[in-house]
Amino acid sequence: MSEHALPSASAPRVERWTPVSLGFTVALAGVLALLGFGPLLFGQGTIDNLTELYFLVILAIMWNALAGYGGLVSVGQQAFIGIGAYAVVFLSVEHSLSPYLAMALATLFGAAISIPLGAVVLWLRGGAFAIGMWVVAEVFAILVSLDATLGGGTGTSAVLAFNLRYTPEQRLHDTYWFAFAAAAISLAVVFALLRSRLGASLQAIRDDEDAAASVGVRVFFGKGVLFVLAGAGCTAAGAVIVAWQLSILPLGPDSIFGVNWTAKMIFMVLVGGLGTFEGPIVGAIVLYLLETYLSTRMGVWYLVMLGGIAIGVALLLPRGIWGTLQERLNTRLLPVGYRLRVGR
Amino acid sequence: MSWVNAVVHGILLGGFYALLATGLSLMFGVMRIINLAHGSLALVGAYMTFLVVEHLHVSAYVALLPVLPGALIVGYLLQRTVLERSLRAGELVPLLTTFGMLIVIGNLLQYFFSPDVRGLGSGSIGTASWRATSSLTIPWFDVLVLGVAVGVLGGLHILLRHTQLGRELRATAADPDTVELLGVNARAVYARATAIAVATAALAGVFYAMRSNFDPTTGPTQLIYAFEAVVIGGIGSLWGTLVGGIVLGVAQTVGARIDVQYFALAGHVVFLAVLTVRAVVQAGGFRVALRTAG
Repeated sequence: MSEHALPSASAPRVERWTPVSLGFTVALAGVLALLGFGPLLFGQGTIDNLTELYFLVILAIMWNALAGYGGLVSVGQQAFIGIGAYAVVFLSVEHSLSPYLAMALATLFGAAISIPLGAVVLWLRGGAFAIGMWVVAEVFAILVSLDATLGGGTGTSAVLAFNLRYTPEQRLHDTYWFAFAAAAISLAVVFALLRSRLGASLQAIRDDEDAAASVGVRVFFGKGVLFVLAGAGCTAAGAVIVAWQLSILPLGPDSIFGVNWTAKMIFMVLVGGLGTFEGPIVGAIVLYLLETYLSTRMGVWYLVMLGGIAIGVALLLPRGIWGTLQERLNTRLLPVGYRLRVGR
Repeated sequence: MSWVNAVVHGILLGGFYALLATGLSLMFGVMRIINLAHGSLALVGAYMTFLVVEHLHVSAYVALLPVLPGALIVGYLLQRTVLERSLRAGELVPLLTTFGMLIVIGNLLQYFFSPDVRGLGSGSIGTASWRATSSLTIPWFDVLVLGVAVGVLGGLHILLRHTQLGRELRATAADPDTVELLGVNARAVYARATAIAVATAALAGVFYAMRSNFDPTTGPTQLIYAFEAVVIGGIGSLWGTLVGGIVLGVAQTVGARIDVQYFALAGHVVFLAVLTVRAVVQAGGFRVALRTAG
């Protein structure tokens, strides 16, 4: 009857906000606010580079939302990237809409189309879902390549739509803001989703779908929410990509509907940390640096390296950079989960 | 090409898809993993045969003699190194690592063999055909491939039903932990399954390279076709693979009969239609189950 009589001092405490996470969240909000004024602060090269980083971040967090929280490994999210890009061309070049309005509408279209699509493909599990999504991407790629008004197999360009209304500098700035807003909204939505009741049930689905269903988790609904979210996110990324690179091709591994996008998404998420909130952002920064400094120098070896690293990380460092750090330091910089603290 | 001709050619093409899908189906049946690098491994078989043909000046049929045992070894080693670890690491990891392999193989092939389109000669049988009627011709090479596919599926059937290895494969597929208690080395059994799967993939890859041109990017396309055949025929069923392959082949050739550009699209559409029907049936079954429960 000594220390045990004093439970209040040593009982485990459940906490969400810690001084570290509070400080980091405030700092992050500050950095984000600063980046929001990017075009007023940076040179053209930096603006262009950051735009690329933003769409990589969107792709990474969306793929992570599917695989890391829903257990849905998709090798066909490039379907939505292509749909986003081509919807922008269709609306802005064919129907003379403002390109940025077209980008916003394209995102809504991506979300809308993912609802009936999800109703079919989400019945598939594991590898069947993975390749099923790939077939979907192929179907969209073929349909687009058969449509002569969208440029057919030789691709198309959004350069007319932008050049009619904007100077190159305006395009750079406005695309930056659109990409920044899309990335920030994506992060905020995933953050809110993970902290919600649904977030907890999603992780239960990832860990064991049947067990989750048996305790009353609405598995199909949960997966559907993630699928629509990821569909909208990847479509938004596709819309940014077409505004960023202007010309797009429908067919081939390196095209807008190409499977190399999936290779990059898997790389970012695995390297950063599958199933962590911060990991995909870390992975996106790593891929962005590699794209900037290595991709043109290495040729085909660049993708060999990405694939090789992805295999290595999946086998040897399954938690990725961020997950491993988080485990070592026993800290969370963003309050998405709960932590158990024992003692003082 | 008449409609009857299109259907007959589709059935024959289905033999090729069945052969291509056999390994995918076997690995899923035994280990519950879908090998996303399956099509790429088939393509490696084609390129290795191409190398042998180029350097030894033999026909592609003779070149199979060193290539097929090589594929068995590659499959065995692949299982013992990457796949075995992936299986232990969790349900999603084999998908991630085999997708990584798909990317690595495709780009390595592009480096070593250039992105050029290539072909393998198929000998005198490759161009010979039997003109049954004025509107129906039957190419002997496609008949040969269908025959080989049926032979491989039949051989695998006998192997699974009537040999010691087959019994071990089936038992390990049912419960790997329990067979270990009975003195079977489950990991060695898995490795043999993958060896067989990769060898059949390589064989299919060589036939593919003999019937049409190939380049380093065609591996994923082959994976998709193989997978469609597996799913249409009913996942995990060996003879279903043949049915699925034939349905896919007929869809493609009939699609191409309408417009050459619809070849791949028609196959995809039939595949998605099958999925949709199953989704509706499953959702319907779900509702009936709920109603009876409530």
